[in-house]
Amino acid sequence: MTSAYSGKKSGKSREALEKRTRVLSVIRKVFVYLMLTVWAVAVLFPFYWMILTSVKSYGEYAAEFVPKFFTPSPTFENYRSAFTAVPLARYFVNTLIFTLVTTALMLVVSLLAAFAFARLDFRGKDIVFPLFLSLMMIPSELMIITNFQTITNLELRNTFTGLILPSVTSVFYIYLLKENFEQVPDDLYRAARIDGSSDFGYLVRVLVPICRPTVVTVTILKIIECWNSYVWPRLITDDQNYFLVSNGIQEIRENGFGRENIPAMMAAVVVISVPLILLFLIFRRKIMAGVSRGGSKG
Amino acid sequence: MEKKNLKAWLYLLPALLFIGAFMVYPLIDVLIYSAEEGYNSASQSFFGYGGYNYSFVLHDPYFLQAVKNTFILVIITVPLSTGLALLISLGLSSIEKLRELYQTVFFLPYVTNTLAVGLVFMILFRKTDYSEGLVNLLVTSLGGQSVDFIEGPYAAKMFVLCFYTVWIVLPFKILILTSALASVDKTYYSAAKLDGTSRFRMFTRITLPMISPMIFYLVITGFIGAFKAYSDSVALFGTDLNAAGMNTIVGYVYDMLYGDSGGYPSYASAAALILFAIVMTITAVNLIVSRKTAVRRY
Repeated sequence: MTSAYSGKKSGKSREALEKRTRVLSVIRKVFVYLMLTVWAVAVLFPFYWMILTSVKSYGEYAAEFVPKFFTPSPTFENYRSAFTAVPLARYFVNTLIFTLVTTALMLVVSLLAAFAFARLDFRGKDIVFPLFLSLMMIPSELMIITNFQTITNLELRNTFTGLILPSVTSVFYIYLLKENFEQVPDDLYRAARIDGSSDFGYLVRVLVPICRPTVVTVTILKIIECWNSYVWPRLITDDQNYFLVSNGIQEIRENGFGRENIPAMMAAVVVISVPLILLFLIFRRKIMAGVSRGGSKG
Repeated sequence: MEKKNLKAWLYLLPALLFIGAFMVYPLIDVLIYSAEEGYNSASQSFFGYGGYNYSFVLHDPYFLQAVKNTFILVIITVPLSTGLALLISLGLSSIEKLRELYQTVFFLPYVTNTLAVGLVFMILFRKTDYSEGLVNLLVTSLGGQSVDFIEGPYAAKMFVLCFYTVWIVLPFKILILTSALASVDKTYYSAAKLDGTSRFRMFTRITLPMISPMIFYLVITGFIGAFKAYSDSVALFGTDLNAAGMNTIVGYVYDMLYGDSGGYPSYASAAALILFAIVMTITAVNLIVSRKTAVRRY
């Protein structure tokens, strides 16, 4: 009797326990989703707000003492004035030129150097490479001061040459490419040599295609870096004709449109943000994989 | 590998030229600049060598303000962003539905232009005669007193700067921690579950030790990044950071170099080297602490 009774009781309590665990896990899930959603809203809200504000008319925006979350009559007027009242198109083209040329130069320089470090044996390698690595630890702030003086003395301020040259070097990308090149088996190199391929031919026709993921990652990371660069362009340009988007937006904030035309400013902000967000959405996995392998902000 | 001295150096030549001109030479030059007393940009002459530049910088109230701002920023944002990133990554790794979506959203700030989105933050947080601003709407609805976060009291300005900094740096940390969590061997958890280990214990005994190298990595890079803060502050408070009282050490360096208060590369160099010394010291302390912790564990 007693044993049957206790068996019944333990069955019941096991059921209760299981139920309790289930409830607990549901509560935990709800809590996790709540937390993630709160941060997702915190991330997305500024984007929503800039798009919303950019389609409000100036009169509508100025009349709102308490900001509204919707607009009944969206307008694209601000986008027109973003391109007509300030030289946004010029900033845009400048940034495009700067980004493309800098990234292309960086790729050529880095691929050649990475190849030398990974595949060629030469006297002095043991000294050059560690020195080279140690440069990664030095903050760029230390170098900018002299570079500013150099470019100024060469009278290269307000030129693309002055903007681009000091932005080309990326020790880290050379390192990343070199590591990747070293993973390619030696046999391929020997086979290519037997087929009569030169070192350069091997680099271009074998190594780069095999290491394409890394090459693409490095390229995209550099594009992001160039598109968002602010400090160097600010130091080296004071002529609006050479402003990049970051400097352009700062100029717009301080002098463009009249200080209070926020909707037009937001239209400019949207235009500036769109290219990178598109690039991100297209290459999402590549970018995230690349950044987790060694990117950082700034 | 056969020796190919000449060829290898030719491959390295472009990289060496760029690195030599824009990284190595500046490093040597910055040391010289920092010791040249009374350097005049126009005539490129100076009185003599000595420690005066350092002493000037260390007694400059603007520099001290910048140091104070930077330290507050570092002390608040590094632990906060690392902790938040850990919380969010743990949340992300415990769900399956919508995980990709959340990950994509959380990464967005990484690919945005700091200056452009900073403008949106400024508009959200500021309070003008015409509008309370959105954040103040939230503050007053919660029963608080509205305050101008952009041109108001110091604490309010510091709050926005910290908030924006965390917003900007979180994507990188979340990404790193999510991949660290994903790489923890699942069999540990299965074994622990069989033993009836509680979730909290599993976290402190398995998860935390397994991902602690990555946490240390994030703390170290976080410290370095936060000490070099600058663009975020410009994005929120404009280019005249000294007037806003929100300058950072890097901002001080650039202000000394260029702009209305510029033309003093010697002071800029001294300030940059002081920053470098601070960063190196903190990094060394971090490395020692992380090594000690690692030793204690095994």
